[in-house]
Amino acid sequence: MRVYADNAATTAMSQVAIDAMLPYFDKIYGNPSSLHSVGQEAKEALDAARETVANCLGCEPREIIFTSGGSEADNQAIISAARYGQRKGKKHIISTAFEHHAVLHTLAKLEKEGFEVTYLDVRQGHNVTARQVKDAIRPDTCLVTTMYANNEIGSVLPIAEIGAICKEAGVPFHTDAVQAVGHLHINVKEQNIDMLSLSAHKFHGPKGVGALYVRRGFPLVNIIEGGAQERGKRAGTENLPGICGMAAAMKDACDHIDENMPRVAAMRDRLIAGLSQIPHSAVNGDLKNRLPGNVSFCFEGIEGESLLLLLDANGVCASSGSACTSGSLDPSHVLLAIGRVHDVAHGSLRLSLSEYNTDEEIDHILKVVPEVVQYLRSMSPVWRDLQSGKRQYIL
Amino acid sequence: MALYSEKVMDHFMHPRNVGVIEDASGVGEVGNAKCGDIMKIYLKVENDIIQDVKFETFGCGSAIASSSMATEMIKGKSIYEAMALTNKAVAEALDGLPAHKMHCSVLAEEAIHNALKDYFDRNNIPYDKSQFPDCEHCEHCE
Repeated sequence: MRVYADNAATTAMSQVAIDAMLPYFDKIYGNPSSLHSVGQEAKEALDAARETVANCLGCEPREIIFTSGGSEADNQAIISAARYGQRKGKKHIISTAFEHHAVLHTLAKLEKEGFEVTYLDVRQGHNVTARQVKDAIRPDTCLVTTMYANNEIGSVLPIAEIGAICKEAGVPFHTDAVQAVGHLHINVKEQNIDMLSLSAHKFHGPKGVGALYVRRGFPLVNIIEGGAQERGKRAGTENLPGICGMAAAMKDACDHIDENMPRVAAMRDRLIAGLSQIPHSAVNGDLKNRLPGNVSFCFEGIEGESLLLLLDANGVCASSGSACTSGSLDPSHVLLAIGRVHDVAHGSLRLSLSEYNTDEEIDHILKVVPEVVQYLRSMSPVWRDLQSGKRQYIL
Repeated sequence: MALYSEKVMDHFMHPRNVGVIEDASGVGEVGNAKCGDIMKIYLKVENDIIQDVKFETFGCGSAIASSSMATEMIKGKSIYEAMALTNKAVAEALDGLPAHKMHCSVLAEEAIHNALKDYFDRNNIPYDKSQFPDCEHCEHCE
């Protein structure tokens, strides 16, 4: 048995999405910018996809910009708001300490230019409150950018409340919703979201395609210059197969959200309950407001990369926030941001589920993970020291 | 898995010499939990020969494989041969390590050297102090 439990990294494409893409490789292959009939067929498909995506988010089709993915959308949203603010002398941005690097690195670039960024603390409840956002807003705040849901620990942020606060204060609100779209109910108008980033491959769509929703009238800055595609806001011939695959996957996900959410959440809860039995472990993330598919743990006395390799050998594909899996000496900034110390953050495990997972697969994970954790602890000098009292337990 | 060589995976999946020697003649430990790697080596030395060696490792796949390989390379050898073991030799014996994992082989070398130093200290055997790592001042974890 091989269980894929890394759906926050990427998902398998759905048959619906694959079927939706295929005609656009060799049958409807035109350039949507071409005037002739072949091009206009492609243009029709592009318009239809834009309408589908807009319907799923509760916005107008003209408010959707297709991008190469979530990272590009994040970059464009943040840079646009920063430039707009700058023109009005506003150079303060509010974000959180556990954002994705697509957001954090863009903010770091702006900080070098003289912008000031407030990173909201996420230690309390492994989440932020709308109150924290409200208290951080200043007269010179030009943007609030918080993720919709955290990719590593699954916390779902109070987006509607943050949106209401931003609207009242007149501050643009962007949310990186890469982990949320297709998994949670979203309506950008009701939630007062000004900009939202999404990525197709997180909901069984293709890789390399995403979208940015931008409230009508908000001045966007181009990241990619060139032709007049996407109302002049994103140059480059549209990735039509990808866009059509994304639209189909998004509609499929949004149409089935009410049946998928409880089923996936039930598997998640079974995993959390089962793995909590492992001594000296801790769940990461907000247990109440949580992505349906996210399970995140720290196990004391072991290291995440060896855990992942052994899980893989035993048929479980997962991920970790250990330093050895991040390619740096520091473990995940998300785990450190919620207050996990290095020693414990190295022993982290993320299992992320989708509706393709089965109860039998959950049984397999629940059998394998405790065995592998125990095996690695049996050869760990840290675990020996913890057990002998030479070292104090943290968890 | 393409991440590591077959040798690394073999030593990771089936590590040799895991465990503890209760009446060890020398024990060495390097690394710290903050970095995510700790290696502990136990030596049983008789007549300058390493009769037995065991290890415990908290760390990634290549750290466990490096410990396993390093213990195999010194078992049955003289303490002087063990002193000459380099991280490069450990990495080569594993058919190479990814560049960012080379420090795992360094830890294996240092853990063995620390265990030998402990043996020299316990038996009042003189040695050149400059030959031994100083974990307190190592830059790896900075």
